[in-house]
Amino acid sequence: MTEIYDVPYMERTRDYYRAQGYTTDYVWAHNSETPFTPLLKPMHASRAGVVTTAMPDTEIGRAHRKVYSTLVAPIPGSMYTKELSWHQAVTHTDDVNSFIPLEQLLVLVDEGGIGSLAPRFHSVPTEYSQRNTMENDAPEILERLREDEVDVAILVPL
Amino acid sequence: MPTLIMGSARDIVEHCGVPRFLYTDFPLGNPCGKPYDHAMQLSIISQAIALFRTATSANTMEQTPYLWSADNSWRDDYARVDDSNREELAKRGEARRKRQAEEKATGIERAAMIAEA
Repeated sequence: MTEIYDVPYMERTRDYYRAQGYTTDYVWAHNSETPFTPLLKPMHASRAGVVTTAMPDTEIGRAHRKVYSTLVAPIPGSMYTKELSWHQAVTHTDDVNSFIPLEQLLVLVDEGGIGSLAPRFHSVPTEYSQRNTMENDAPEILERLREDEVDVAILVPL
Repeated sequence: MPTLIMGSARDIVEHCGVPRFLYTDFPLGNPCGKPYDHAMQLSIISQAIALFRTATSANTMEQTPYLWSADNSWRDDYARVDDSNREELAKRGEARRKRQAEEKATGIERAAMIAEA
């Protein structure tokens, strides 16, 4: 029986790419100094925003990998996750709330645990190019979160 | 802006270094809780919100109390390379590079990451 251990995803990914004949290993993002912003307001008065790596399950979302914003209401019945690296052999992404916490955040709004949920959430494409993420996508996401007057951002990579 | 990551790839997030990280030890795909398990999903997001309150410095990590299943074989299964799939993976890489070259020729610059089968 397999023991419980944290899966070494970086090592597995390196071996998996090498087995496919790629000679240059992927370079994972690394902050030499990790930034930290303290809470500016209590959570019960804060507006939460959500960012996902899943794309909208629309014709354009399936075809073009870029930053998108999607309305929270109604909660989308599906998101496009096929091109992301997740464990397709053992689970599925048919329940959007299992990777984008919208329904449960709305419960917390009702219960007073957080002030409100932003009216839309944002999709950021996963990228080989850290530069593209850092210089283009991340600033675009931040701008949209600010437009939404978000106080805290919950980031959920698949 | 204060941020928090909910995720299941512990080594990757820790290598990156993030302000706040709520780790759920699940197969990649459901970092907010098992599909359709509303009670678990609510418990996990509640822990995330609590972590916003309690974290006071960067690289603060907490783990949720859930296990995916009694059977842990999924841990060995992810992106496994062995004699049973080595040849197929080599072929897949070749096909992928060919497709990428074609896409590049047609101007598609932002290729998808390798999706896990």
